[in-house]
Amino acid sequence: MKKYTDTGKKDTRSGFGAGLLKAGQADERVVALTADLKGSLKMDAFADAYPDRFIQCGIAEANMIGAAAGLAIAGKIPFVGSFAEFVTGRVYDQIRQEVAYGCTNVKIASSHAGITLGEDGATHQTMEDIALMRALPGMVVVNPCDYNQTVQATLAAARYDGPVYLRFGRPSVPNFTDPDQPFEIGKAYVMNEGKDFTVFCCGHLVWEALQAAQTLEEEGIGVEVVNVATIKPLDEETVVASVKKTGRAIVAEEHNMAGGLGEAIAGVLARRLPTPLTFLNGEDRFGQTGTPAALMELYGLDAANIVRKVREIVK
Amino acid sequence: MGNNTENLQNIATQVRRDIVRMVTAAKSGHPGGSMSSADILTALYFQVMDHNPATWQRDGKGQDQFILSAGHLTPVYYSVLARSGYFPVSELSGFRKMGTRLQGHPSVRKGLPGVTQASGSLGQGVSVAAGLALAKKMDGDKHLVYVLCGDGESEEGQIWEGAEFAVHHSLGNLIGITDWNGQQIDGPVESVSGGGDLQLKWQAFGWNTITADGHDMEAILTAFDKAKEMGKKTHRPTMILFQTDMGHGVDFMAGTHKWHGKAPSPEQCEAALAQLPETLGDF
Repeated sequence: MKKYTDTGKKDTRSGFGAGLLKAGQADERVVALTADLKGSLKMDAFADAYPDRFIQCGIAEANMIGAAAGLAIAGKIPFVGSFAEFVTGRVYDQIRQEVAYGCTNVKIASSHAGITLGEDGATHQTMEDIALMRALPGMVVVNPCDYNQTVQATLAAARYDGPVYLRFGRPSVPNFTDPDQPFEIGKAYVMNEGKDFTVFCCGHLVWEALQAAQTLEEEGIGVEVVNVATIKPLDEETVVASVKKTGRAIVAEEHNMAGGLGEAIAGVLARRLPTPLTFLNGEDRFGQTGTPAALMELYGLDAANIVRKVREIVK
Repeated sequence: MGNNTENLQNIATQVRRDIVRMVTAAKSGHPGGSMSSADILTALYFQVMDHNPATWQRDGKGQDQFILSAGHLTPVYYSVLARSGYFPVSELSGFRKMGTRLQGHPSVRKGLPGVTQASGSLGQGVSVAAGLALAKKMDGDKHLVYVLCGDGESEEGQIWEGAEFAVHHSLGNLIGITDWNGQQIDGPVESVSGGGDLQLKWQAFGWNTITADGHDMEAILTAFDKAKEMGKKTHRPTMILFQTDMGHGVDFMAGTHKWHGKAPSPEQCEAALAQLPETLGDF
C-alpha cells in the first residue's frame, strides 16, 4: 500500500485561493470575479495583490457570468467564484450560451459543493452540478481531491485555453498529495495499485477511499484507488486498464446518481469493457443539515461504508 | 437634410428589403423587430461606430464593439454586417439554411466575421457588453461598446443586474440602445408584462438616458453624439431609448406584434418590396 500522510487538514477552496494568486502572478490576463463571496472563495489574497483585476459583482450571478464572458472575449482569463449551486444551477443558461456555446475562456470556480457543506442544508448543497456541467459540449469538469491538488488544478485551468469547471468543498480535509506535482487536465491518477478491486472516486472521497484501501489490504484485499480528478474529458485508458486488471469496481462520489462520475465511468465501461459496478453517491436525493462527517456517514460515502461494500462484493 | 442622412436612409431601405427577402426565403425568422431597428443599426454601422471590417477581430481591440442582446434580430444584423463589408452580401441568401454561417441566432462557432458573441437566450447582452467595456477600461482602450436590447427583452431580470454592474464600475464607455417598439411576441408590451416607465427604470439604476425617434436619421445621429458626450462627462453608461414601430417601412407589417416572428408569404413579400425601393442592389 502506498503511504500517504495527512500534512494537516486544509479546505480545498483555500487551495483555489492560493492557486488563483499564483496564476495571477504568472499571467497578468488573469482576473477574478465574485458575487459577494470573496471571503468564502478565498479570493482575498488575489484581491489584495491585484485590486484592479478583482471585480466585485454583487449578488447577481447571471450578470457575473455574462461579464466574465465579455472580459474573456477581450482577452482576459476570468475566474468566476461562488457557491457551487449559484455558479451552476442558478446560471446554467448563462454558462450554456455565454461560456460553452459562446466559446469563451471562462473558469468557473465552485465552492461548497456536495453534502460536506454541512449545516447550511440542501438549498446550498448542490449534488447536481457535475451532471449539469458535463452535459455542456466542450466543458472541462475538474474535482480535485485536496488542497495541494486544488492549487495545481487552478494553475492548470489558467493555462488551459477554454472553459473549465473547478469544484471545491467547504470543510477542511486531509492534505496528502505532492504539492509539486503538476495537474494534468484529462488525467486520472492511480493513487494506489491493487489487483482485486478498483475504487474510482473524486474530490473529498479520494482520502476516504485510501483509508478504506488500507483497511482492506490488511484483510488481504488489494484495492486500486483511482482519483478521477478530471471527470470530463474522462481518462478512458486509465479507467479501462484498471478494470481489466481487477474486474470489479465501485464509483464513489459526493453527487447525485444521475450524470456524475458514476455514469461517466459506466458509460465508458459499457462501451469498452462491460463490468459489474457498484455506486456510492447521493442517490436520487437532496442533502440536509448536519455536520460533514455525520452526513458522509448517513449517505454512505465514508471509508467505513466503502470497506463494507467491497467486503460484501468480494466475499 | 444633408446628403449623408439621405445616404443612410437609402441604406436602411435596402436593409429592410434584405430583411423581408431573407425571412421570406427562409420561411422563418423575425422581421418585426429587425425592421424597427433597421434605421438605428444602419446609423451605427455606417456612421456612428469606429470600426473596420477589414481588421476586425473578435477581441475588439482598438475598435468600437457591438453586442446584439436581442439575438433574434439576425435579419437586420446580418444585413448591416454584410452591407458594411464584413462578409459578401451574396451570403445573405443562406440565412437560416443548414451548413451556412448565418445561423438563426448569432453564433461565434461558424466563423462569421463581425459577430462578437452568441445570443438568443434573452437578457444577457448588457452583461457581456459590460464585460467588454470593463476590459477596455482596464486596457486603456478609449473605444466604446454598444448593446441593443428590446423593450420586451427588458422584462428579463439579468438586464437589471447588468444595469447595476455597469454603473457600479463607472462604465461611461458603454452605450445601450433600446428598440422601444412597444411590441413583443404575445402582444403589446404593456399587455404582456412590461408596464411602467422604461426610461425611469434606467434612470433609477443610475444610467444617463436619452429618448429619440428611432426612424428619424438626424435624430438618431444626434442621440448617439449626445450619448458619447454624456458617457465621457459622467463616467456612467447611457441608454438611448429609440421610439420605433415594429415592422416599420411596410404599411401592413407596421405597429403590430403579429410580425414579430413570422415570415411573409411570397405574395406578401412582393407587396412589401413594392414599398421598399431597391437602392443598393439586392443580394
